Amino acid sequence: MSETKALESMIGEEYKYGFTTDVEYEDFPKGLNEDIVRLISEKKDEPEWMTEFRLKAYRSWLEMEEPSWFNATYEKPKFDTLQYYSAPKNKPKLDSLDDVDPKIRETYEKLGIPLDEQKMLAGVAVDAVFDSVSIFTTFKEKLAEAGVIFCSISEAVKNHPDLVKKYMGSVVPVRDNFYAALNSAVFSDGSFCYVPKDTICPMELSTYFRINNMNSGQFERTLIIAEENSHVSYLEGCTAPMYDEHQLHAAVVELVALDNAEIKYSTIQNWYSGDEDGKGGIYNFVTKRGACRGKNSKISWTQLETGSAVTLKYPSVILQGDNSVGEFFSVAVTNKRQQADTGTKMIHIGKNTKSTIISKGISAGNSNNSYRGEVKISKKADNARNYSQCDSMLIGQTCGAHTFPYIESANPTGKIEHEATTSRVGEDQIFYLQQRGISEDDAISLIVNGFCKEVLKELPMEFAVEANKLLGIKLEGSVG
Amino acid sequence: MLELKDLHAEVEGEGIEILKGVNLTITKGEIHAIMGPNGSGKSTLAKVVAGHPQYEVTKGDILFNGESILEMDPDERAHAGIFLAFQYPVEVPGVTNTTLLRESYNTIAASRGREELDPLEFDDYIREKLDLVEMNPEFLERSVNAGFSGGEKKRNEIFQMAVLQPSLSLLDETDSGLDIDALRVVSDGINKLHGEDDGVVLITHYQRLLNYIIPDHVHVMIAGRIVKSGGKELALELEEKGYDWLESLATVNGEAK
Repeated sequence: MSETKALESMIGEEYKYGFTTDVEYEDFPKGLNEDIVRLISEKKDEPEWMTEFRLKAYRSWLEMEEPSWFNATYEKPKFDTLQYYSAPKNKPKLDSLDDVDPKIRETYEKLGIPLDEQKMLAGVAVDAVFDSVSIFTTFKEKLAEAGVIFCSISEAVKNHPDLVKKYMGSVVPVRDNFYAALNSAVFSDGSFCYVPKDTICPMELSTYFRINNMNSGQFERTLIIAEENSHVSYLEGCTAPMYDEHQLHAAVVELVALDNAEIKYSTIQNWYSGDEDGKGGIYNFVTKRGACRGKNSKISWTQLETGSAVTLKYPSVILQGDNSVGEFFSVAVTNKRQQADTGTKMIHIGKNTKSTIISKGISAGNSNNSYRGEVKISKKADNARNYSQCDSMLIGQTCGAHTFPYIESANPTGKIEHEATTSRVGEDQIFYLQQRGISEDDAISLIVNGFCKEVLKELPMEFAVEANKLLGIKLEGSVG
Repeated sequence: MLELKDLHAEVEGEGIEILKGVNLTITKGEIHAIMGPNGSGKSTLAKVVAGHPQYEVTKGDILFNGESILEMDPDERAHAGIFLAFQYPVEVPGVTNTTLLRESYNTIAASRGREELDPLEFDDYIREKLDLVEMNPEFLERSVNAGFSGGEKKRNEIFQMAVLQPSLSLLDETDSGLDIDALRVVSDGINKLHGEDDGVVLITHYQRLLNYIIPDHVHVMIAGRIVKSGGKELALELEEKGYDWLESLATVNGEAK
């Protein structure tokens, strides 16, 4: 089996994305106040309405309290010493790849994301975000031929202000939650995608996020709009260097699907997770939400969460349009001292709406892994249906797995099914495979890949192999 | 090919001795049956030879083709040609039978310097083995043992044996849970697979299996020791008399078993 062959070759590898790129940064003051918010907006040469949006968010944020209802404990980020904007100094505007700082280009090469279109995976367009700024977007012209807009959110604010004004904050309101408010005030960059009516986006779109600067937070903002009868598939990947200090990543992602439109959003999250003792690693506190505004629309979230010290993340779907469909497929792996509290919300508003939740949690080491999900069927949502399946797998004796399902139905015609299982990768299971000649590490990979199969098959083909490798490396040597 | 010398083993960390000095020699081409009452250590013996981490060998040795295998991991023992058909085969959800078998076959082939098979060649190869245990091809694409009936699991173990072609097969109560038709099919399969160059150890409670697979030697295990060995007629004697008449043999030097 080729998957496992690939895994074999990775044996003994540590977190291989932990290197630092030595680039010069623009000076930017630390801490947060209205002047800083204005300064960010000014740096980005934003129109007045955008500055106002930020200031409004900042003022809301000041009144909000940091949440603490989740199943994780950690030292709170020090908001007053954080740097909220971090851009490499050598940053000309990027019309040609030749203008990109060679060191940054090299960084992406090393990460396996060459920005040179000839070297790239065929059929995948990439927006590369380095700390706070978008470095380069590939295949822009080819996409433009199909009418698809794919660019950094900063460019969209300038070039497509009507779309941004109309949709930004329409799915995740500024006051939605503490971290969404913070993001709305200080977001630095991210990706924007607009797929016009009757268009099937001709290639996979992807954004690759890299945090490099030690003291900066990353606050990216992604907005994807799929007009009537359109279809788009988008993937994000994330890595960061290894530092002893925690770094904050607080993103907001908004998806809007109109009549008969479909958005498929996949994440492979491999932020640095900290060391054995829980030192360092990323705080991954993101708000992701999609709105199925149109009838027969569909939004599908697939996530493979393997990194970060602490993850709080609930990609959700608001099913407004009649017959709309929401899906959430998740694999969350925690090892060492990682803590993940992740799941989804499916809010049924339209008639005959359908949602599916498949969550696979794998805990190893001293980690803690929680599924938290809410299914809500509102009064008008006749014949709404949900199916949830939450499976947990434990490797070793010192990790934890938890499931917190919340169900609320205000309509008697609604149907909700929930299944949950917990299993332990036991000595007997590993012995069985070893007896068939398979090494211990390969046996664990095989068991884990089998456990996650239903979710992994939802990932775009181009990334499935990477996902398999990642799982193998992550759990290496986690038994005995 | 297999030689057990005064083999003592206990449950790791618990100090409970289960094998209390087993001596046994198996030559290639032979079929041995190990019988005995519940809890006598038969299954433990099979697991210890295969290298289960739950057991610790405290004394004695296991020689395979003349070399001690005590320091070898279970997968290395499998590469050397030892196969254990499990009493309770383990389920591996999401991993198909084909996937597991191809992985196994190729890993073992690679370790022995044999040619690995690509998926298409492998598919041809295993389909002919299916007939041996009269298994439906749809089993190949089902998850390993998941949702299989007890009988299907046992049949699947013998199917794996057919695919991997080990030189020593330890069959741990392969007959239990099989109805009479399945027992015949599985026994026929084992008989066809057995040849001059391999050894088979049948662990069983019942003489019934030995009507189908004729052993060269029968051993009785009681309280962690082999207390009596003989030819195939010993099995019939056991069927008739039970194990009680042998219990006294388990007492050595006045020490209670």
